Amino acid sequence: MTAPTGDWTTGTIIELDHPTDRLVRLRLHVDDRVDHLPGQHYVVRLRAPDGYTAQRSYSIASDPDDPLLELMVECLPGGEVSGHLHDVAEVGDVLELRGPIGGWFVWEGDVPAICVAGGSGVVPIVAMARYARRLGLQDRLRVVVVARTWEELPYAAELQRYGAFIALTRENLTDRVAAPPYHDELAPYLDGVERAYVCGSVGFASYATRLLEESGIPADTIRVEQFGESG
Amino acid sequence: MPVTRGFFGKKRPQRPDRLPPGQYDAGSSWPTLTAEATPRLDVETWTMTVDGLVGRPHTWTWRDVQALPASAYVGDIHCVTTWSKFDMTFRGVSVDTLLEAAMPLPEARFVMAHSTTGYTTNLPLDDVTGGKAWVVWEVDGKPLTRDHGGPVRLLVPHLYFWKSAKWITRLELMERDRPGFWEQNGYHDRGDPWLEQRYQGDP
Repeated sequence: MTAPTGDWTTGTIIELDHPTDRLVRLRLHVDDRVDHLPGQHYVVRLRAPDGYTAQRSYSIASDPDDPLLELMVECLPGGEVSGHLHDVAEVGDVLELRGPIGGWFVWEGDVPAICVAGGSGVVPIVAMARYARRLGLQDRLRVVVVARTWEELPYAAELQRYGAFIALTRENLTDRVAAPPYHDELAPYLDGVERAYVCGSVGFASYATRLLEESGIPADTIRVEQFGESG
Repeated sequence: MPVTRGFFGKKRPQRPDRLPPGQYDAGSSWPTLTAEATPRLDVETWTMTVDGLVGRPHTWTWRDVQALPASAYVGDIHCVTTWSKFDMTFRGVSVDTLLEAAMPLPEARFVMAHSTTGYTTNLPLDDVTGGKAWVVWEVDGKPLTRDHGGPVRLLVPHLYFWKSAKWITRLELMERDRPGFWEQNGYHDRGDPWLEQRYQGDP
């Protein structure tokens, strides 16, 4: 597998909004953009007047077909990069970008897959789901997402529209009582699955891989993308 | 590259010289990163092999490696995801000790580290010899936990930490370089944090 890898470039913020008070959605025009595969990420680098830089990686939410690159960034406490993007960045700003990066956590529609994502870990899964929808491959991509509340789940309405199974752990969702996904809730999504994608915090990733393994998914078919304390 | 409008960065008069460019000090936390399901490794069946371009391929059991002369690393580690962690102590055995037993052939110039999971990472042989690399099972006085590669991992602390393969089981000596897992996926073949060799194409 050879995934595309892009060099450093720049991008201009074309749209920016805050879907919730902890999320900022950026839509960028990327100069000399290299097309990405669903699941890949970009590095955003901020540069201070004295040359000091800070950089972090963010998953791509947009379909490769989208003329703009969409990133959904969760604002972390004390996050140097996420804090800037959340509080300071505005439309018209130019950011240093590098991407796309990563050729492991990608789905090209080639195999039936299940995605299990937690919280802002849904972002690369959204790119996969948008891609699947455009190409009519929805049957090949089953999505299970977990969040504390509807409000905290990025792209909640869109994922629901795509038929994702949504488990909220801190509030009821219609007649489903707040709880992590049960094995029997996962089971209907596992038929014929040849690969699994897990994305979320370190704790979530270890929970989700265990859930999948207990449901009979072989460990060597599980691909993990996790993020930790790196604001 | 342009200055980012409105960005001044964290207060940094105390930014330590030991922090490579683009890295931050993770303090007391030790983030984990893995691309695969974390395996449960049984030390009773685990083995460590050095083979490929060597005069005498060698395999050690858990007891065998524990009986080799102990060696420690005290210092810093750097992850490509931009955290660094200072003043760690790892204990295990020097890779030099393993190579000595296996007797590398003169044409061996690179090494592929293999994990029990199938994860691989490639390194120049020079980067794992001369007291620069270890096979370790203890960190800060405690057994290495599973999520940090326990019970046993490779440690190459002067390179980005993806080179320090978790759940190490084999070092394969090679004449020519060959990309490992992350290296096939766009990451650098050497990964020196001081040169910011993060991705393929970096200096």
